Amino acid sequence: MSTIGLLPKHAAPPKARSFGGGTLAFARREFRDAAASRWFFLYTLAFTVLAVAVSFMSLSGTGAHGFAGFGRTTAGLLNLVMLIVPLMALTAGAGCIAGERERGTLLYLLAQPVSRTQVLLGKYLGLAAAMVCSLCIGFGISAGVLAWRAGGVGLGAFVMLVGFTALLAVAMLSIGVLLSVVSRRTAVATGVALFSWLVLVFLSDLGLMAGTLLFRLRVQEVFGLAILNPLQAFKMGVIVNMNASLDVLGPVGAYASLTFGSMLPWMLTAVMIAWTVVPLAAAVVLFARKGSV
Amino acid sequence: MIEATHITKRFGRMTAVQDVSFTQEHGSAVALWGSNGAGKTTLIRCILGVMRCKGSAQIDGIDVRKRGRNARALVGYVPQELAFHDDVRLGAAMIFFAGLRRVGKQEAAAALKAVGLTSHERKRVRDLSGGMKQRLALAIALLADPPVIVLDEPTSNLDAAGRGEVVEMLRHLKDMNKTLLFASHRPDEVITLADRVLVLDRGRIERDTTPAELWPTEKPVQVVRLYLTMASEEDAARVLRDAGHAVHLNGQGLCVAVPRDRKAEPVHTLALHQIEVRDLEVLDDVRIPEGTS
Repeated sequence: MSTIGLLPKHAAPPKARSFGGGTLAFARREFRDAAASRWFFLYTLAFTVLAVAVSFMSLSGTGAHGFAGFGRTTAGLLNLVMLIVPLMALTAGAGCIAGERERGTLLYLLAQPVSRTQVLLGKYLGLAAAMVCSLCIGFGISAGVLAWRAGGVGLGAFVMLVGFTALLAVAMLSIGVLLSVVSRRTAVATGVALFSWLVLVFLSDLGLMAGTLLFRLRVQEVFGLAILNPLQAFKMGVIVNMNASLDVLGPVGAYASLTFGSMLPWMLTAVMIAWTVVPLAAAVVLFARKGSV
Repeated sequence: MIEATHITKRFGRMTAVQDVSFTQEHGSAVALWGSNGAGKTTLIRCILGVMRCKGSAQIDGIDVRKRGRNARALVGYVPQELAFHDDVRLGAAMIFFAGLRRVGKQEAAAALKAVGLTSHERKRVRDLSGGMKQRLALAIALLADPPVIVLDEPTSNLDAAGRGEVVEMLRHLKDMNKTLLFASHRPDEVITLADRVLVLDRGRIERDTTPAELWPTEKPVQVVRLYLTMASEEDAARVLRDAGHAVHLNGQGLCVAVPRDRKAEPVHTLALHQIEVRDLEVLDDVRIPEGTS
């Protein structure tokens, strides 16, 4: 039986929620949806299991304790992060808008008193928060293993690794969201995201090596091209921030250390932030300018 | 309350809506009537500001392109079929949309009660029947007591019982002096609800009329579905429209609304134009409410 006539009446005409309030409402919903989803569970599980396995293997037979043990583990975790985190973030971002579009839910959301920018930023923030939580779970359990096996963890280095990994995750998520905005179908967005992952993780290194040999690139050119890849910027950033020398990366690392000195950590952090902001800004602009749903 | 001025929307070479202008007064009910592909849904999306288009649309003097959020805050939108995340529980969905419209949980609960869904709050959206989904969409549309309700063929996916429930609720809303703009291809809905009918054909407003002019009878109207032999349904529809019939093309025959005692008239009209009718089916009665001539 309908009791529509009994609904509360509003004296003033309804108004839209503030920009921040509406964005946060979307972020909360996206976070809850992501946390309850299968992909979040599987990625968290995979990352945690691999991180714990790497920690165990790094420590086995070294007799190392505390920071020394963690430093060895970091090298292992670094490679794991560079494989898993971009894959996780790119694919999650790729489904963000294209998925809503394909399910037909995007139109209904946009018919509410919200702007396209609010929808996109809200979804981005929610996904970013879910991914950072996922990483914290994996790193947290891994740190627990280290504390138990090696007797302690270098807290500063650990927090730095988690922070830089979070930055990598949000940068990759920005790229994924941009792909999602420009793709009509989730399958296409995911396919392009996987190809991007392949390029960033494997092909760009091979391309850079080939380019260096073919074009006899100078060391500063190689360094400039290397940090264009956010994964390389991430790797160098972690190594530099652990107070280790970039000499381990060969002449390019030595050149970077000598030329930029104490500016290098900031420079690499700035590169990571640029990889977060620029694709996200492009996604916001393109999504806002779209003529249709 | 709603003012559409020279709205034109093209998809590539296809013009979905062409130079549509109309004004709708506060508290009135306007039906958009036309066949599939006539441009009803696209026009609604342009008016909501969900799709970019040429021309302008204003809701209570607010331009939907410039201040879309504020304009949409005045509108409750009911789609053809509610598209929202299937695994979300009904109560959670209401709270999310209540948050977007700056109303509290109590008001969300009141809206659910108004449409008779109180006992279903724990159900997931995917477990709701078509009728319940439409009632949920109506509950969401009624949050914050918006003065305008826009509906896009709200009963097209419902059975007779579900259709009756939704039409009854809409009649209540009309009695509450809400401004209703709805797309429909059902004469019974249009006759029951609309004060005015905009007949759309190929994206243009062909007629700006009333239900009484469109179906000039005091007798019950019936819908006759005609199945044609060889002839083009488009041509037949044109012939019938020229003869003053309200025609709807939905890909499954040609639906013509006729007075109950003149069911053979469309067949005769088509025969005069050498268009042969293979079969016909009489659909349900359409009651003309008291006071409507």
